[in-house]
Amino acid sequence: MTAGATEPDSWLERLPLIARDLVTGRLPGPWRWIAESLIAIAVVFAVFGLLFAFLTLAERKVLGRIQNRPGPNRAGWGGILQPFADGIKMLTKEDIVPRTADPVLHFLAPVALVCFSLLSLAVIPYGRHLAPLDLDSGVLYFFAAGASSELAVFMAGWAGRNKYSLLAAMRALAQLISYELPLLLSLVPVVMLAGTLSPSGIVAAQSGWSAGFIPHWHILTPWGFAGFAIFMVAALAEANRSPFDLPEAESELIAGHLTEYSGFKYALFFMAEYFAMCALSGMAVTLFLGGWHAPAAALQFIPSYAWFAIKILVLLLGFIWIRATLPRLRIDQLMRLAWKFLLPLALINLLTAAFWHLSAGWGAGAQPLRWGLGLAFVAIPFFIIGRRLSSGLGPRTYRYAAP
Amino acid sequence: MLGTGIFKGLAVTAKNFAGSFHDPARFVTTQYPEERTVLPENYRNFPFLVTEDDKDPMGTLRCVACQICEKECPPQCIYIEKSRDKKPDAAGKMQLYPAVFDIDVSVCMSCQICVEVCPFDAIKMDHEFEIATSNRFQPLLLDRGQLAKSNGYFRQIHPTEAAEVDARLAAGRKAAEEKAAAAAKPPPPARQEVQTKPATERPDPPAGGITTEA
Repeated sequence: MTAGATEPDSWLERLPLIARDLVTGRLPGPWRWIAESLIAIAVVFAVFGLLFAFLTLAERKVLGRIQNRPGPNRAGWGGILQPFADGIKMLTKEDIVPRTADPVLHFLAPVALVCFSLLSLAVIPYGRHLAPLDLDSGVLYFFAAGASSELAVFMAGWAGRNKYSLLAAMRALAQLISYELPLLLSLVPVVMLAGTLSPSGIVAAQSGWSAGFIPHWHILTPWGFAGFAIFMVAALAEANRSPFDLPEAESELIAGHLTEYSGFKYALFFMAEYFAMCALSGMAVTLFLGGWHAPAAALQFIPSYAWFAIKILVLLLGFIWIRATLPRLRIDQLMRLAWKFLLPLALINLLTAAFWHLSAGWGAGAQPLRWGLGLAFVAIPFFIIGRRLSSGLGPRTYRYAAP
Repeated sequence: MLGTGIFKGLAVTAKNFAGSFHDPARFVTTQYPEERTVLPENYRNFPFLVTEDDKDPMGTLRCVACQICEKECPPQCIYIEKSRDKKPDAAGKMQLYPAVFDIDVSVCMSCQICVEVCPFDAIKMDHEFEIATSNRFQPLLLDRGQLAKSNGYFRQIHPTEAAEVDARLAAGRKAAEEKAAAAAKPPPPARQEVQTKPATERPDPPAGGITTEA
């Protein structure tokens, strides 16, 4: 399905294919294709559904530990059944639809949001042979699906016929659209240098190792590192995660665009948020962290999908860690960060990537100069723009409080 | 430099995360139904009526149905009906007693004003907090039988205050006995009459009538 077919495949690597062929092997040609697609859909549903469930548990456990408490530990063994208890609770709650709400839109908004987040999961290559949908323009498709979730957010704010929902949806929309720009600009260098919009092609462009243990991942280049950092910050905002979770700032607002939602519809919004988080992490892994490639040639005996899972879990835990650490931004700070900081840096990063591409032919003696220049291209704008933006803002002095 | 604060913060949270696994002393929570914290002595909620004798709680209520607490109670959750007859109280003096003493704990706000106005140390604050019921009307209206708890229990939950109250009451009783003994000496013949009189000399309420505990 993807490049890298020259390398030997262990039976472990082919295990998902073998399992699939066991089920679909006896079907005639066209039916087989349909069955394989349905199985892929079912597997994505099941894997990410369970990942969502246990991610909520992991989040609560990790947040608890960071706050020096044990986290949920009542349902099941040490709390392992907590997600299912939550699900049952959500299902049995009353589903309230305001009398003045538009019932169709009110119902459609959470469904559409979950659909759009699931759509974006389709094009990520999860392993050497595991890309549910190998589109030539998969990256474009991914971000188109992600961007349409903004429509669903606004639908949710509009349908409830509640002024608070509507205002919050406007703010959410402003945030999501603002962060689309740095998100997309940060991955333009990847597409430019890999020369393809296909996620599998981008993963293939990151294959191979120098000296057997230095992978050719994009994050290990100056532009790739900067791009990854910008991508992750923008992904935090796109996924409504803390510190950019002010569309639904549960401790300040009523619930933002979720004000008029209850019961399982409310849970669907959360599901969509976690799916979006997983999808963006998966895309970050694909674009910058070498996709399903092992970090060293000697570690290839571990199947590719396991490497992908490890990388995505690390990123998701990073999301949780950041949530536990950073306080929420104000809406003006949020906009400032997107338009005055991330956007210029992402644009400059295009130049860095261009330099890196043009200097690819430099000899071994010029490599330190190449790296030095590349890092300078990243670091100097960061310092200058950061200094200009934060001048006069801090550190805050407390004149009346005791130190 | 821009961004260093974020990494400092991440280091702090990571330290707490790792610390919570190897250092149980960091934990700020108690696993409630299995583990219980010791309540501080001055913890208080809903009032109870003090009885002298555990065996006969209704007979030895310190309360004399003076109804001060009923009048002072801000949310008016106390309801008292005086008895028609009199019974000897703990010190032997004939006193009224509460035929009905109800507290509606769904109204009570645990302000302790009833305790502070009581001249007889008859009502005190409790340590009980597991008072969930399946019905919000009848089980939350506590009658005098449910409210009565012994002085021994009071000593257990508020040892400092109980010792002070006991010492004050004992001093009062002793003073009354001495007074009675002094009064009893001159006329030796009227023995039977004297016997009852000194005992009824219940100690006066402390000056001011209001006990204020620190």
